[in-house]
Amino acid sequence: MNARGLKRLFWVAGVTLFGVGLVGWYDRLTQGLLNVNFSSVVPWGLWEAGYIYFIGLSAGSFLISSLVYVFNVKRFEGIGRLAVFTAIVTLVLALLMVWAGLGHMPRVWHVLAYANFKSPMAIIIWLYSSYLLLLVAEFWLLLRRDLVAGAGEPGFRGTVYRVLTLGSRDLSEAAARRDRRIVRVLATIGVPLATIFHGGVGALFGVVAARPHWHSGMFPILFLLSALVSGGALLMVITAVFQDGWRANRETLLALGRMVLGLLLLDVLFQLSEFLIAFYGGIPSHIAGLKLIIGGSFWFVFWWWQLLLGTLIPILLLVLPTRKDPRWASFAGLLIAAGFLGVRLNIVIPGLAVEEIRGISQAIASARMTTNYFPSATEWLVTVGVVGLGLLLFGVGELLLPKEETSASGVMPISLKRSFP
Amino acid sequence: MPTDAQRRIGGVPMSVERKVTSQALSRRELVERLFGAGASALAAALSGGASVASLATAPPARAAVQDGGIPTKRKFRYGMVIDTRRCVGCRACVVACKAENKTPPGVSYTVVVEEAVANRFDEKPIFMTKPCFHCENPPCVDVCPVSATFKRERDGIVVIDYDRCIGCRYCITACPYGARYFDFGEDYAPVAARTAYAAVPSPEYGQFRPRTGSSPVGNVRKCTFCLHLQDSEGRYDRKAGRWPACAKTCTGHAIFFGDFNDPESEVSKLVRERQPVRLKEELGTEPNVHYLL
Repeated sequence: MNARGLKRLFWVAGVTLFGVGLVGWYDRLTQGLLNVNFSSVVPWGLWEAGYIYFIGLSAGSFLISSLVYVFNVKRFEGIGRLAVFTAIVTLVLALLMVWAGLGHMPRVWHVLAYANFKSPMAIIIWLYSSYLLLLVAEFWLLLRRDLVAGAGEPGFRGTVYRVLTLGSRDLSEAAARRDRRIVRVLATIGVPLATIFHGGVGALFGVVAARPHWHSGMFPILFLLSALVSGGALLMVITAVFQDGWRANRETLLALGRMVLGLLLLDVLFQLSEFLIAFYGGIPSHIAGLKLIIGGSFWFVFWWWQLLLGTLIPILLLVLPTRKDPRWASFAGLLIAAGFLGVRLNIVIPGLAVEEIRGISQAIASARMTTNYFPSATEWLVTVGVVGLGLLLFGVGELLLPKEETSASGVMPISLKRSFP
Repeated sequence: MPTDAQRRIGGVPMSVERKVTSQALSRRELVERLFGAGASALAAALSGGASVASLATAPPARAAVQDGGIPTKRKFRYGMVIDTRRCVGCRACVVACKAENKTPPGVSYTVVVEEAVANRFDEKPIFMTKPCFHCENPPCVDVCPVSATFKRERDGIVVIDYDRCIGCRYCITACPYGARYFDFGEDYAPVAARTAYAAVPSPEYGQFRPRTGSSPVGNVRKCTFCLHLQDSEGRYDRKAGRWPACAKTCTGHAIFFGDFNDPESEVSKLVRERQPVRLKEELGTEPNVHYLL
């Protein structure tokens, strides 16, 4: 399928998923949490898994963008802005997912106003609030000159650009250099910020001593690593579809593929270590969650989705000669990015779906006191809507935002090389 | 200044310590935190009104809940000793708790779990009634992103501020004992049908909240040792019936409740003279509920 066809598929999928998702959001907003299937035993589910999935994509793609703006890696220059845009969109999706799960959605401001900094959750919310502001500022600076250049255009696009310039009219080379300098500072601040907050998301689970499946020093590290893998994989897909597609970004895509392959192998090593150490020790509570992953009622999520589709096939595609074909490589990226949703589900749910006190799920007869969890229709629809919104945001970005290295009104493009002498 | 909760309960004297902040106070607190004392002073100066000045100087509501927030030696250390040999598994405690706290379906501040014992001469399993343990080091408290759940300074009871809790359920994951429940908003048929039963509010925290779909719906809920039955000094009175409902009703007298700070209390004597165990000691939570096996 050509790039144009892929784009059309993107739009159709986006509109459909978003439209279907609205049903779920309507139910969530009018019925509260009546129609969800999580419980007092498994209090987190699909939404929280989706949250750590999207937040990982955001941190991962931001860290990859920092290769361009902090470490000056020329290979990825072509997708720097796309990576920052991806980081913004996926962060918004992550926040929507976790917001949907709150028992009192309107009270979300409490986390900023009454933050308890002993809680990893409060810490990371403060951190990614700052991160969101930083991302938006960085992205605006990256686009500013193109926006100013495009502001003169007639029509809708020109109007949008005029609003987005926020009054800036400076097209000079000096101003562009200043933009780049600030971007570099922001991106440099962003690297430790993204590292800490995504490590912090791992710590959010890792600190919970009550859940032996989560309580491991490996968690923050695994989260960072999987963020890089999934973020890189998603960028491969996005690079293949957007801007000028896989034809124009061939070398960038293949380079991303090599990087993602290396990181994925490292991730497999870490995961293997987690399994082997736990099973050798054999402490029942420590391996209960792992047993659920490999042999519970949702064993196929691990074996088929996570391992076969999300790991083995993409590794083969990125090792065999198919690695040189940007279409196969980006397909591998798609598989990895999709497979990581399985990874996220297998972090959140098996850690919870184990009775903390033996027999407690039988003590009272209630669907809210069971270790069995499968997302309800509302949960699926809300998630589908968020994914659809993500696709639409990418589509709008593609339509309206200036493309890398080109300019809508024919003004000379700003070379990144010149910006970083 | 009377809080909403005080107004709601009319003439019944309730101590401020038992109140959880009202929404109005929380908002004021937000303003204070956001803008600091400078903004309050500025507001007072601008308006010159006594009402604004008094608002700015009033002690924060949460300080009142936590007895001034100053770490003092605790007055009471309430806890339980539960004798599993006396327990016959009748679950009267579960029902009594429901009747007292009007908890909705799926929320049960105490449950009875049972476990078969191998090589026993009869078929009786071990029954274990399990309220919240009100741990000395409660892991649920530290993880709360908004400090909505905390251990009371005066008596060590772990409570939840329903008006502050955002319903993220992090505390449920952090409790090693499954003592916390989420209120999804489900109702028993008579409540859902708005019969007379629905008009009786839960006396929890002395707040008497009507079940309207707002808090505690969407909040995490837990055992409070029926603290709404304390007097203004924070004391329970068994003879007067002001005693945790589960302990009051227990048919086999398996649930002993009392103050571990009082060396002469029944629970202190039991812990001293018998060999009780606590669950998951390895986590260092130091539960205040002990079991006799």
